[in-house]
Amino acid sequence: MPWDRNQMAARAAQELEDGMYVNLGIGIPTLVANYVGDKDITLQSENGMLGMGPFPFEGDEDPDLINAGKQTITELRRTAYFDSAMSFGMIRGGKIAAAILGAMEVAENGDLANWMIPGKLVKGMGGAMDLVAGVGKVIVVMDHANKHGESKVLKECTLPLTGKGVVDRIITNLGVLDVVEGGLKLVELADGVTEEEFRAATEATLVN
Amino acid sequence: MKKVYGSAAEALDGVLHDGMLIAAGGFGLCGIPELLIDAIVESGVKDLTIASNNCGIDGFGLGKLLDTKQIKKMMSSYVGENAEFMRQYLSGELELEFNPQGTLAERMRAGGSGIPGFYTKTGVGTVIAEGKDVKNWGGQDYILEEGIFADLSIVKAWKADTTGNCIFRKTARNFNPPAAMCGKLCVMEVEEIVEPGELDPDHIHLPGIYVHRIIKGEHEKRIEQRTVRKREEA
Repeated sequence: MPWDRNQMAARAAQELEDGMYVNLGIGIPTLVANYVGDKDITLQSENGMLGMGPFPFEGDEDPDLINAGKQTITELRRTAYFDSAMSFGMIRGGKIAAAILGAMEVAENGDLANWMIPGKLVKGMGGAMDLVAGVGKVIVVMDHANKHGESKVLKECTLPLTGKGVVDRIITNLGVLDVVEGGLKLVELADGVTEEEFRAATEATLVN
Repeated sequence: MKKVYGSAAEALDGVLHDGMLIAAGGFGLCGIPELLIDAIVESGVKDLTIASNNCGIDGFGLGKLLDTKQIKKMMSSYVGENAEFMRQYLSGELELEFNPQGTLAERMRAGGSGIPGFYTKTGVGTVIAEGKDVKNWGGQDYILEEGIFADLSIVKAWKADTTGNCIFRKTARNFNPPAAMCGKLCVMEVEEIVEPGELDPDHIHLPGIYVHRIIKGEHEKRIEQRTVRKREEA
């Protein structure tokens, strides 16, 4: 059985170490916060906050307190606020240890595409290009195949890039891959997925 | 020097002209200068270029200036929440210059700091880098981005004293300080104006040197994505 969304998020949470400052993207990456356990992780929200707390209780919503997805959130005792220039200063400056992001396509050289599909409505890259260029480690969490059953783990991205050679690790519903010299290295298979199945579902070059 | 004005319209009197470049604070609908946007709508000034992370939503925030077709061009990182924006953009009525969010913030900060250009690795190898100068330091490519020098800044803070020293509240700070810095003239709207000395000088987020005109007013503060958890989950 491939991993479901929550299992992928739980697997991604294993990448985080005590003391890390981390930025989580929208979608499955947001679920990672549910699986950090006892680890001391500080979440950054790139609209200007370190120490992002959970959603507020009904009635406690504060319009001045939102995350990068524009959702109402809460602060923690450790929270700090700052402006957007400083926020991206710490991102670009490599102070954020890791970003966990969704993706439309990832290539074997670490190229990432996750912001636009030509011919469709273009919403913008937001902070994604800054994050992948700047943070210590870029971890992609996504389904292995698109809704047509085609591999999203490719030899080369076909969509406009968010960043070139920026991805370090890929976690999909089928397993875990690292970007290494010459291609991708299979690190771990999801429970019940065979290496043959994994290889058959992957367009990118797998190296040992 | 009097900085406090009676209304947004008074504070913008003689300031607006067609074709001007305005830097606006706010992220989504959080910390946006609602009152100044309304006054710009009222003024009828047109062909505006606006540097702002987003363009509001349909009928609120900068979205109001789309409805009246006063915007010629947006410099933004994300415009996904606005159907009228897409309609005008796809029909060619509206120009759009995408900027990565951190690049947009830094372009404002740089403009306000007397820095006409800077190199960043954000966007290297993407469409953002097309046509931009590239330099290599330590084996890494960086692209040239230009500082933004706006004709006018419109921003929102929580409290200011009458000299313009101000503090923001929570994540409503966002683009407001860099947007304030990069304008030749900065007009700020706040929820409360206090006398000098009432704000702790050590707690000022943006000193009054960047703020030329101040107004106070009521803010709707609309929430874009209301997300909550049930009390039982505690």
